[in-house]
Amino acid sequence: MNNVLQIVWLIPLLPLIGFLITGVFRNNLSRGASGFIASAAIFGSFALSVFVFFQVKAGNTFVAHYFNLFKIESLTVPLEFKIDQLSTLFLLIITGVGFLIHVYSTSYMHEEIAKDFSKYFCYLNLFVFSMLLLVMGGNYVIMFFGWEGVGLCSYLLIGFWFKNNDYTNAAKKAFIMNRIGDLGFLLGLFWLISIIGTVSYDEVFSASSLARLSTTDITGITLLFFVGACGKSAQIPLYTWLPDAMAGPTPVSALIHAATMVTAGIYMIARSNILYSMAPATQNVVAIIGLTTAIVAATIAIKQNDIKKVLAYSTVSQLGYMFLGLGVGAYTGAVFHVMTHAFFKALLFLGAGSVIHAMGGEQDMRNMGGLKKYMSITNITFLLGCIAIAGMPPFSGFFSKDEILAGAFAKSPLLWGIGIAGAMMTAFYMFRLYAMTFLGKFRGTHDQEHHLHESPKAITFPLIVLAILAVVGGWVGIPEIFMHGGHKLSAFLAPVFAQSNAIAVKHEISHSAEFLIMGVSVLLSLLSLLFGLKVFSNYKRENEVPATGLARVLENKWYVDEIYDKVITQPLQALAAFFNNVIEKKGIDGLVNGTGKFVNYGSRQLRRLQSGQVGAYILLMVIGMLLLFIIQLFIKN
Amino acid sequence: MGTFITFPELLLWLPLLSGIICFFIKDIKIVKAIAFAGSLLVLGIALISLLYTAKGYLTYNAVNYLWLQNLGTSFYISLDGAGRILTLLTAVSFPLIFLSTYKNNYKNAGAFFGLLMLAECGLMGVFVAKDALVFYFFWELALIPVYFLCSIWGSEKRIQATFKFFVYTFLGSLLMLTGIIYVYLHTGPRVFEDAVVSLHSFSLQSFYTATLSEREQSWLFWLFFIAFAIKMPVFPFHTWQPDTYDQSPTPVTMVLSGLMVKMGLFGVIKWLIPIFPLAVPKFTNIVMILCIAGIIYASCIALLQNNLKKLVAYSSIAHIGLMCAAIFAMNEMSLQGIMIQMFSHGINIIGLWIVVEMIEQKTGVKNMSELGGVAQKAPALTIMLVIIAFANIALPLTNAFVGEFMMFAGIYQHNVWMAAVAGIGIILAAVYTLNMIQKVFYGNTNEITATVTDISFPQKLALGLIVAMIFTFGIYPQPMINLAKEAVAGLVVS
Repeated sequence: MNNVLQIVWLIPLLPLIGFLITGVFRNNLSRGASGFIASAAIFGSFALSVFVFFQVKAGNTFVAHYFNLFKIESLTVPLEFKIDQLSTLFLLIITGVGFLIHVYSTSYMHEEIAKDFSKYFCYLNLFVFSMLLLVMGGNYVIMFFGWEGVGLCSYLLIGFWFKNNDYTNAAKKAFIMNRIGDLGFLLGLFWLISIIGTVSYDEVFSASSLARLSTTDITGITLLFFVGACGKSAQIPLYTWLPDAMAGPTPVSALIHAATMVTAGIYMIARSNILYSMAPATQNVVAIIGLTTAIVAATIAIKQNDIKKVLAYSTVSQLGYMFLGLGVGAYTGAVFHVMTHAFFKALLFLGAGSVIHAMGGEQDMRNMGGLKKYMSITNITFLLGCIAIAGMPPFSGFFSKDEILAGAFAKSPLLWGIGIAGAMMTAFYMFRLYAMTFLGKFRGTHDQEHHLHESPKAITFPLIVLAILAVVGGWVGIPEIFMHGGHKLSAFLAPVFAQSNAIAVKHEISHSAEFLIMGVSVLLSLLSLLFGLKVFSNYKRENEVPATGLARVLENKWYVDEIYDKVITQPLQALAAFFNNVIEKKGIDGLVNGTGKFVNYGSRQLRRLQSGQVGAYILLMVIGMLLLFIIQLFIKN
Repeated sequence: MGTFITFPELLLWLPLLSGIICFFIKDIKIVKAIAFAGSLLVLGIALISLLYTAKGYLTYNAVNYLWLQNLGTSFYISLDGAGRILTLLTAVSFPLIFLSTYKNNYKNAGAFFGLLMLAECGLMGVFVAKDALVFYFFWELALIPVYFLCSIWGSEKRIQATFKFFVYTFLGSLLMLTGIIYVYLHTGPRVFEDAVVSLHSFSLQSFYTATLSEREQSWLFWLFFIAFAIKMPVFPFHTWQPDTYDQSPTPVTMVLSGLMVKMGLFGVIKWLIPIFPLAVPKFTNIVMILCIAGIIYASCIALLQNNLKKLVAYSSIAHIGLMCAAIFAMNEMSLQGIMIQMFSHGINIIGLWIVVEMIEQKTGVKNMSELGGVAQKAPALTIMLVIIAFANIALPLTNAFVGEFMMFAGIYQHNVWMAAVAGIGIILAAVYTLNMIQKVFYGNTNEITATVTDISFPQKLALGLIVAMIFTFGIYPQPMINLAKEAVAGLVVS
């Protein structure tokens, strides 16, 4: 059968070509040319993704096989792309948001020399290519290819300004923490292979394969996969790389560390949803880790003064919500939140970038304030983003967050209660951020004030598009209680989660309860939003008192980095030093060199026997013969 | 004897011949040209033999000369299985080594290149030998040039390093020789044209069928294994290696780390596991634990290294540990993995040495703490290094990924915890590799690195070829897998 979707290989191919062109000709391309090539490549992928979307929407899902990456008797790993509702949705997000961020970058990175400018776009295209592999892959190995590829690009882009040691440290940290997660992913994969001998989704999720997996197998595999997801999607205990990753250029933070790459873990679990639905123990772990991360990161965000750090912790926190959704079986809600979060968080990061650009590189909010006056488009779009993330109806964040919280309530009201507390904190720190940045009086230097300006069109255009999406993006998922058949997204994704839904235990909540939890959540968030606005709209640096107690702990991010240093890094160094100094040098080498010395010493002693005096030789000969006789006597007897 | 000359013979005699010619020539340029041409010819032969074999002409792949009949030995060599992959690797590596060090000058160049070509001949011999005496002969022929190369052309501490290397490998060779003779005495008679020509036989086939009790096999296993373990090297037989790599001239280090370590792995595959089937299961776990402990141990020490060459050396010990463990896991997955990985590792580590050598030449230092900012001065070199370094830590789409993936999957099937612990090595590898990139290439330049220039054409070509191979076999490893199929099938324990 010749399915039109056979051509989906073009979607990742375009960014790959863009990567090769901007990479190979980086010394010859002008800034305009490399920016254009890279953006055009992503736009081409986006156009194709839209085409694919309509195909899928019309019911044409497809697994495109190309060739075997490798094939041995016990395992075949083909290059195959799975095009279904889930991957299509991610395709649209990645290429759509990706394209906007490419456009934005052409202006934002303008101060770089042409060679570095090309390098930047070369990495960015490589990133999109890897991300597309990740979501399109028809088996876990292709997913892993993309998984590692995005990690590599993240490393390269965080350390883009590689002269700065702090930045390269952050890049290194990101890569290594991800590798810890990768090990989990790989072990899970080996476990899967050792039992069912295949990695292709369609074969793994088939009833006959699933029947071969015992409960222990499924729980183990899903837990190990979740370790991988924790690394990539910055969940406890592997989240500390993401805030540091803010060392990269701001559009990178928007694309990689907010909208796309960090949602790979959610994609992975959503893709394997049937395995998770069959492992309730793992689901509980996912929900609890997700919720804890959501809360811990939100508390840290409250006390941060770096505008990008606040957004970074906010991202960690929102990712936690998505995992909560996955853990309670609200798969659609989690994927929905991936989508709306991609819109508003990309918007917020790009808005922050616009602010940083105007402030001449300043990121400390304590030196900002009153920017509303100077940057009206950035201000309005940023405000819309804040309202969206705070979950105010009818903005996009409201619908997706509500769906996750409703799912949590159905599982346990306690999860819901804690989730609400996190939502309140989210509203608070976002409006603290907004107020400190845009309201009040300008607190920066004179030079900075003079320099303040609205950003050029290439920056404001993506802001406007994303702002519109942040407002209306949630309308594809209007809950049933408002509008019958309003949840178009749920209907669209239904086939992906059909297997899980068939075995899931349904906790129906009554309509009145649903209204109530929705109302409580909106009301509490609104209150803390207004509280944040009130406290910080007239923020003055002078009023700040040194933090004590909990505030100090929060300012220092719960001292997690310090604890990791003491508990992991330092013992590892000590162990390595022990290996190197004691076992290697004194132990093994001591033995070898000792043998050498012994031989040397022994031969020096033996040399004395070779004195050249015939008398001595004869004496020795006689002694030797006597010894031989004696030995022979003993043996005979 | 219908054939005029066979491929394995050419693989042996061409390097030998060009090596001998090198000895008699004074002009360094001509010597380099002869060595390079010789190595290219060998590569050509290796590729043509592949082509012929693919078409089904198998007659040119083996030859069996009568030789010392009364002893029960014959000059039996043939190209197949693991040996084919390793001869290919050897044939590919030597031109790359010569290319990348084309600008280097060595005093008494005729002897230097002559010895290198002799080492190539020895390596080829080890990989094609089907007779224990022939195997042992070439094993020594490969090693002896290295002693001279290191002790004459090495850096200042070369004598100590060579001495240590000599003590280790000599011990290994001695143990192996003892083992070979013992096994020989327990083989059946050698029959030629219906007549018994000798009571025992040195042929590999007769070694496979030697009558040995489980007890005998048990201690013979260790005689052979220690010899091979020293060569690889596997923890705790490895301490000769960092010093020797550090002190040898770079082409020798490349031969040692890219190719000679494979002699040990090859020995285990061909001359250990099939000969002692009763002993192997008994010791599988001990050996694997040693290997895996070695991975963690060497990776930890690599974390601390400031000397670039020693860092690469320890990283290599960790990689070899994984490969050796994969052999002993003995399932299809792990064995296929190691067959590919032996080739990939050889290519990648030669690439790493090329980069390290260039940095040392341009700056005069090999301590990472004294370097920094090289990326600004030598972007092409940096890109090549980053690709090779990421291949070395087995990122997908690079050649090492498929091999490591299969090896880990195979080890997992053997024992879950072994795979998990060995996996920690993956994380540590990322740590020290990224540390190295950061310290040498990133950051700002200092007075040492301010004058660094980018790579020259031959080096760029050599690195470019390596990078091309990294991606080719990373994206499409199937040809390499097919080459190894028969070798694997013979070893799998089901």
